[in-house]
Amino acid sequence: MIVPFGHVLILAGLLFLLGMVCVVVRRSLILILLGVEIMLNAAAILLVGSSLLWQQLEGQSIVLFIFAIAGAEVSVGLALIVWAYRQTGSVDPRDFNLLK
Amino acid sequence: MTIYSIIFYLLALLILGSTAVAITRRNLIHAVIYLIFSFFGSAMLFYLFGAPFLAILEVIIYAGAIMVLFLFIVIMMKLKTAEEQLFPLSQWLPAAIIGLVYIGIGVGLVIAEPGSKVILKTAKADPDIFGLYIFQKHWLSIEIVSLLLLVALIGALVLGRRSKKAPAAKASEGEL
Repeated sequence: MIVPFGHVLILAGLLFLLGMVCVVVRRSLILILLGVEIMLNAAAILLVGSSLLWQQLEGQSIVLFIFAIAGAEVSVGLALIVWAYRQTGSVDPRDFNLLK
Repeated sequence: MTIYSIIFYLLALLILGSTAVAITRRNLIHAVIYLIFSFFGSAMLFYLFGAPFLAILEVIIYAGAIMVLFLFIVIMMKLKTAEEQLFPLSQWLPAAIIGLVYIGIGVGLVIAEPGSKVILKTAKADPDIFGLYIFQKHWLSIEIVSLLLLVALIGALVLGRRSKKAPAAKASEGEL
């Protein structure tokens, strides 16, 4: 007996919201990437919780793939940030508003 | 109120609190270290939900690899902590009000939904059962995801290569 499933939903939703706030509000490319990680983590918590609810292993296996996606995303994203920093010397998203 | 539910609520408070502290820090290094706390909390939550293998992977991949990668980049870039001024009040107040209304609607939906009142039972998926399940049912996805990781590795290498022709004048102050 742990908790009602709704509490897991609310926890994951609030965590996702915190990640979204981080992506939208903060003015640093690195923190935007961190916000995406927080959102992926919230999705993983919800998937493991629903895997426990239905007593199926599907949710847990999707979380394994989420980990792989997060690793790929963060490596390519950080490489892009380093490349952009070399080009302009800044990680402020306001400096990257031109399509050229 | 069993011991499991007390642990769940403590972990939920810990995760939400450390994440909220992390996303409001000016200093990027502090933010990354608070997020490591948050991911440790998530790992314990996975263990509570009966996924010990995923709990270990969360510590190794998220708290270990990804956050250390962030830490390396933050340290290497020698960023000056620019003072971020918040948006003016007239700009973020409507956004905040709309967001709060959506939070209210979401919580109301969760409360009204009868399926969300089901009490979770404790269970545990042993790593050997989980591994057998993954490689029997999802072997193709495992191969595809390994290819994706290879592509990401090559992409990061290509992006990180210092090209000869690039204008090195502006980038020299950061010295990556």
